[in-house]
Amino acid sequence: MGLFNTFDVAGSALSAQSLRLNLTASNLANMNNVAGSADEVYRARHAVFRSAEPTFADRLAAVGVRVLGVVESRAPAIERFDPGHPEADENGLVYAANVNAVEEMANMLSASRSYQSNLEVINTAKQLLLRTLSLGQG
Amino acid sequence: MDPIFGIHASALLLRSQRMDVLATNLANADTPHYKARDFDFATALDRAAGRGGLRVTHRRHIGGPSSAPSSDLAYRVPHQPAVDGNTVEADLELARFAENSVAYQASLSFLDGRISTLRLALTGGR
Repeated sequence: MGLFNTFDVAGSALSAQSLRLNLTASNLANMNNVAGSADEVYRARHAVFRSAEPTFADRLAAVGVRVLGVVESRAPAIERFDPGHPEADENGLVYAANVNAVEEMANMLSASRSYQSNLEVINTAKQLLLRTLSLGQG
Repeated sequence: MDPIFGIHASALLLRSQRMDVLATNLANADTPHYKARDFDFATALDRAAGRGGLRVTHRRHIGGPSSAPSSDLAYRVPHQPAVDGNTVEADLELARFAENSVAYQASLSFLDGRISTLRLALTGGR
């Protein structure tokens, strides 16, 4: 039945978007991390979304969203010349996390908007289902 | 369809199926390469009511397409395509979702009215 499916679909989007919001929080929290080498420093993490697409034989309409995994950004770590830093290497360089704050803020806004719209879908579906259940009782 | 409820029973079913499709679009608003889909409600309702398509008057005739709306899902043409290949426009989808849910409630009201009419006829207003 249609309406119960709507909850699954919108629910999958809610969990995907909350994962994205969590990753944004993690990236922003670790934005100022520094390390002595480019390999050790924190790297920005992003979720990869994919629609849970059915095969062509089964063209069922409702498909949720699936998180394929979390990938680390391949952008180079930011080198900073800071010879007084305890973590600095022999050239006086420290490596800062490759988090782009502007990108993360945009991501956060997008994730929270998507979360809101999916929540609205669930609320509307719930109301319609409740009205359907009380059909003919009035 | 059941003549007691007329077209409203199939309309309600189709509205709930369309709600599924629109919810899918909204859920995948941030999925790369996802293409937004929808179906034409009027055509689907015509088909569910037995109008449109091919009429079968002999058992060896081959009918038209089935009445399942999932078989005539079409891809939406976006007004502003995104770089990642996604064609969902979340605000438009939300507007269509609201319109669809209002129409669903309208169908529910029609059904409710039909049921209370029948009940009145059965009980004679007692």
